[in-house]
Amino acid sequence: MFWDRTGETMPREELEKLQLARLRDTVVRVYERVPFYRELLRRVGCEPGDIKSLDDLRRLPFTTKEDLRENYPFGLFAVPLEDVIRVHASSGTTGKPCVVGYTRRDIETWADLMARALTMGGATRGDVIQNAYGYGLFTGGLGIHYGAEKIGATVVPASGGHTKRQLMLMQDFGSTILTCTPSYSLYMAEEAQEMGIDLKALKLKSGIFGAEPWSENMRGEIEARWPLKAYDIYGLSEVMGPGVAMECEARQGLHVFEDHFLPEIIDPATGQTLPYGQTGELVFTTLTKEAFPLLRYRTRDISALFPEPCPCGRTHVRMARITGRTDDMLIIRGVNVFPSQIESVLLGLGYTEPHYLLVVDRQARRLDELEVWVELSEGMFTDAVRGLEELEQRIARELDSVLGIRARVKLVEPRTIPRSEGKARRVVDRREL
Amino acid sequence: MPRMRVKQISVFLENKSGRLAQVSDVLGAGGVNIRALSIADTTDFGILRLIVNDPERAYGLLKEAGFTANLTDVLAVELEDRPGGLARALRPLAEAGINIEYLYAFVQKARDAALVVFRVERMDEAAAILQARGIRLVPGEEVYRL
Repeated sequence: MFWDRTGETMPREELEKLQLARLRDTVVRVYERVPFYRELLRRVGCEPGDIKSLDDLRRLPFTTKEDLRENYPFGLFAVPLEDVIRVHASSGTTGKPCVVGYTRRDIETWADLMARALTMGGATRGDVIQNAYGYGLFTGGLGIHYGAEKIGATVVPASGGHTKRQLMLMQDFGSTILTCTPSYSLYMAEEAQEMGIDLKALKLKSGIFGAEPWSENMRGEIEARWPLKAYDIYGLSEVMGPGVAMECEARQGLHVFEDHFLPEIIDPATGQTLPYGQTGELVFTTLTKEAFPLLRYRTRDISALFPEPCPCGRTHVRMARITGRTDDMLIIRGVNVFPSQIESVLLGLGYTEPHYLLVVDRQARRLDELEVWVELSEGMFTDAVRGLEELEQRIARELDSVLGIRARVKLVEPRTIPRSEGKARRVVDRREL
Repeated sequence: MPRMRVKQISVFLENKSGRLAQVSDVLGAGGVNIRALSIADTTDFGILRLIVNDPERAYGLLKEAGFTANLTDVLAVELEDRPGGLARALRPLAEAGINIEYLYAFVQKARDAALVVFRVERMDEAAAILQARGIRLVPGEEVYRL
């Protein structure tokens, strides 16, 4: 099924013409309106007029997450704030989040692309879409919501959490499509089993899962428990939110919505563009965004692009499932977590040179569990059990308020956290995706 | 009054096998004798508290071996070794509103009395109250020599 057959099946030649026109327009706009980009383009000796073909994309400089942080909160906006009708934010590498803005037209484009994505996952106006992505600064909830409304489906804005209520709504409303993180769908399945609910009797036909990496194994597990067909959706708030790429019914890679986003794969070490089929870092240039256009944004997600024609008829290139990250970012229950954020929280609490380890697991209840091990230094040590328990709780509270994620803090003895070549290992990911 | 205080070593231990043995190895190899000990634990960690013959030396040895340790002051209280002996010491402290954080007994006996380690709030005040009731506090020097 297509939401926008013309846009989605546009012949390559025509698509590339459109991409070039939109790219040139974007470069002109950022050059004129965003001082950061004007400076950056001048530094690499590139004028907007130099972009004569899509290959000239390589002449453009990269944008990184650090650039976003340095221009916090609105420094990269290409329109005055009065034209911005919404902002979203994702976690930055340290305390401050990355803020993104949308004009009215951006919100409409996003809704349209999400309608495209949901339609690829089988959604029609007759469907009841239970949206269990979090509503708020996170783009997941509202992104899906607007696309579902655009289609004319019945949206149940359940947001994340409250699992028993989710299951009740699902049964009572006869939800036909579930949207949430893949790990949350498994968590819900566990809970349903404990409650004695027969999931196979539900009306769900599709699940649109994203916001965290998952695997074919997980897809198999999800489909074995739920009556639905599971689809992978990709997006990131910097580029727009969910709806940058989506699996079609063939489920062999995710179609990147190339009329709005120009994807590249680069070698993360050299910045060289890699040919189709090779694995590297995924980079996006936005083609239609007004408030927050980005040139060659380095996602740090690892993927590959495949241009082969797809049986579904879409002409847009497909990207492989995300297989990892080029940095040490973790995605825990849909929330981005960087070890450096943990470090800044510990430093903020007055612990100099904190040694810590993030242990992520998904065994017990199917939901990601984050444990933060902190080496107890002499200055932090008090002789009373209560004092140490309070210390653990204080760190946990601070992590919750800064990162918005619940972690179990565990104090450990000095030098129990492995160090290699003087540099501490910060993350142990025990999740089996 | 401070001379009535006894130095106790507290060691942070994760709850994993062999850690206690390592502490005793380190102290034993360094010629330190343990006079009394107790462990307070949670599911994750424990605090080992020790009275030894040479607290400063024990502290140095443990630090060198990579343990998180510190020295805390406690009172060593000599109690009559008969029913009601402990209550005689606890009652006046309760009346004065002094909380006891923890206490534990020595294995060895001093004379015919029981020797108990008290970690209390307002230590000097607690010591004065106990002494006023005729309860003997054993000074550090004597405890280390036991």
